[in-house]
Amino acid sequence: MTDAQSDSAPYAIELKGISKAFGPVQANKDISIKVRKGTIHGIVGENGAGKSTLMSILYGFYKADEGEIFINGTLTPIPDSQAAIRAGIGMVHQHFKLVENFTVVENVILGAEDGALLKPSVAKARKLLTELAAEYELHVDPDAIIEDLSVGHQQRVEILKQLYREADILILDEPTGVLTPAEADQLFRILGRLKDEGKTIIMITHKLREIMDVTDTVSVMRRGEMTATVKTADSSPEELAELMVGRKVLLRVDKSPTKPGQTVLQVRDLVVHDEQKVERLKGVSFEIRAGEVLGIAGVSGNGQTELLEVLGGMIAATSGEIVLNGDSIDLTGAKSDGQSRRKRGIAHVPEDRQREGLIMNFAAWENVAFGYHHDPKYQKNRLFMDNAAMKRDTAEKMEHYDVRPPDPMLQAKNFSGGNQQKIVVAREIERNPDLLLVGQPTRGVDIGAIEFIHKQIIALRDEGKAILLVSVELDEIFSLSDRIAVMFDGRIMGERLPDETNEGELGLLMAGVTKGAA
Amino acid sequence: MDFATILQLLDSTVRSATPLLLACLAGLYSERSGIFDIGLEGKMLISAFFSASVAAFTGNVWIGLLAGIAASMVFAALHGLASITFRGNQLISGVAINFLAAGMTVVLGDSWFQLGGRTPQLVGDGRFRDITLPFAEAIADVPLVGPIYSDLISGHSILVYMAFFFVPLTWWVLYRTRFGLRLRAVGENPAAVDTAGISVVRARYSAVLICGVLTGIAGAYLATSLAAGFNKDMSAGRGFIALAALIFAKWRPWYALYASLLFGLLDAVGARYQNIAIGEFVIPVQFMQALPYILTVVILAGFVGKAIPPRAGGEPYVKER
Repeated sequence: MTDAQSDSAPYAIELKGISKAFGPVQANKDISIKVRKGTIHGIVGENGAGKSTLMSILYGFYKADEGEIFINGTLTPIPDSQAAIRAGIGMVHQHFKLVENFTVVENVILGAEDGALLKPSVAKARKLLTELAAEYELHVDPDAIIEDLSVGHQQRVEILKQLYREADILILDEPTGVLTPAEADQLFRILGRLKDEGKTIIMITHKLREIMDVTDTVSVMRRGEMTATVKTADSSPEELAELMVGRKVLLRVDKSPTKPGQTVLQVRDLVVHDEQKVERLKGVSFEIRAGEVLGIAGVSGNGQTELLEVLGGMIAATSGEIVLNGDSIDLTGAKSDGQSRRKRGIAHVPEDRQREGLIMNFAAWENVAFGYHHDPKYQKNRLFMDNAAMKRDTAEKMEHYDVRPPDPMLQAKNFSGGNQQKIVVAREIERNPDLLLVGQPTRGVDIGAIEFIHKQIIALRDEGKAILLVSVELDEIFSLSDRIAVMFDGRIMGERLPDETNEGELGLLMAGVTKGAA
Repeated sequence: MDFATILQLLDSTVRSATPLLLACLAGLYSERSGIFDIGLEGKMLISAFFSASVAAFTGNVWIGLLAGIAASMVFAALHGLASITFRGNQLISGVAINFLAAGMTVVLGDSWFQLGGRTPQLVGDGRFRDITLPFAEAIADVPLVGPIYSDLISGHSILVYMAFFFVPLTWWVLYRTRFGLRLRAVGENPAAVDTAGISVVRARYSAVLICGVLTGIAGAYLATSLAAGFNKDMSAGRGFIALAALIFAKWRPWYALYASLLFGLLDAVGARYQNIAIGEFVIPVQFMQALPYILTVVILAGFVGKAIPPRAGGEPYVKER
């Protein structure tokens, strides 16, 4: 579809003056958008900018305090999700709303059954699934159980669910957050087809590259307000980033070439079995030197998590050897726990900050002390801890790391994702470790905070520390790593230098494809 | 052990298993929808009391049954109110219901009948009578099949047949109807149901009320069919045994039948063989009677392998931001 056509198309969605407050927080302030039929419209903004709230209003999860919604030119009040579905709006949530132990067909018909008995609906859904598979490349086995499917396929089921409900307007909330580059490309192809069929798509994301690649128009939100709506073709990532954050942002980390020192970490033939006795690491070997960032790329679930957990002392290894600064580390015995690892100078920023990095119901100062609460500087005497010292320390760290709000007494759950991550990063980096393990440091973190966290990691490297970075974001791997190792199925498929490789090559390695000796 | 003894043993197995099966299916509906229910015991007890009382007043056991079901449903609604509407702790609500039933039945019973907490002996139409199935007499003499049909299958009260009929019915409802699909979904991932535009609250209330109906029948069976009137604490932990059976059955209808029959068999064996001698050693009667309870503890302690409960079980549903 050319621009000329999309310019004349009628508006599928028109929001006029939408406002919504949660208590004292104004999540959306007088927001108006127009989206033409048959186009892909992107909404970008930092975490907490109000994107999700706006879409939740459109999908009937919340009622706007003020404002009107027009669907295809007619005023359409949307008091609940049922009304949104009736108006032809479908939403694919960031965290899929699928019943994990149901089959694909069951999930597709759930809530849209044709009658009291399932049989006719199941037959109809099966037929439709076959048709849609052919039409949009949306292939999934109708009888597969959701939890056996890859995330990419689960997302397809979500899209199929919406198409089964005959949705004309699709809202996708951070759709590529969990996808591999190849899966994301496939998703974009599917979205392209849907657009050609006249569907209207709204995509919420914080990845500017995706916006540039697939959208026709893009709106930028900042602090509950719509700061701009532009044609994607007339804009640039730099301009959008600036509109999002309100200041100039460095999209690529500035770093000097690495000056690697002596070897800090050596991992030899590491084998790990999980609780179900499945081999998760199948003989992993690598080393990291001082002043070096080793990036581990790979689709999640190929052993990266287990690698971090073994190194961090969260799970035990079956066999193999880990040597830190020349001394081997206890892998199974009494000194294999996280506490002992910390004492040896290994700090760990875990992949899942909400589950492993923080205790969400505890205050920031308690979280900052965790893992290091035996530290002499936190003790008043042999019996009591020095809470005041911890709070002071936390306040300092919060200032240094620009945590907002800088309130040590606030519970961890009340910070935004980016600020939570800053708390974890502050706790681990400020310990001045010899080896820093970092898992998905910027997952669900906004651009401003990403820039900050990346700078901290590079600063630590420049101090001559060794860093193991695990990330599913190839951009992140490329911009931070001095060397890149790719993991697939519990093995390291190969190591590359960032300057001598590209996304295509890494993508193949991530899929387990090695091109012979080349 | 001769054939007749085996038949008698199986016959009493069926009788003991019936209230367990009803309560187990009741729990199945509730827990499959994500509402844990340790108040099965209390609901059975309150139903036993009201069915016996009303049957005694009116002399009509059917009215008694309805009264029992109604009482049990009121308690189920209370549990729903606490755990669905007010998002309270489901275990605590269940415990409260058990206590409420235990106390209320005795106090009301004593005040109404002055029989020390018992209700008057039910006679005539005040009790469910055993039904003789067609041709039971005629084929009783046919070898093997005859006795099985006339002694084991025939000759139970209507509630027994209902309970066994509920097994395929429950299976059909759960896996073949829209209602069942939504009920299972709401116990696994209520957010998925909510975003599909269906009311989580309504689905859960329906499940909890069905649970009330079934525990109501179970209680009425205890007081008006198995016994002839109510006496204090007559449910005797069957609600908890049913819970164990439910876990043993991994929340599936057919397995619920098998689990209930197993517990029923243990009960029957315990009642029939009071003193089993193994050589010199005599197994004490108390041990035999304790068997079903011991098995309950073993099962609840998780010795039967991994039983995965409905994933959203026990958690009130709160719409996320």
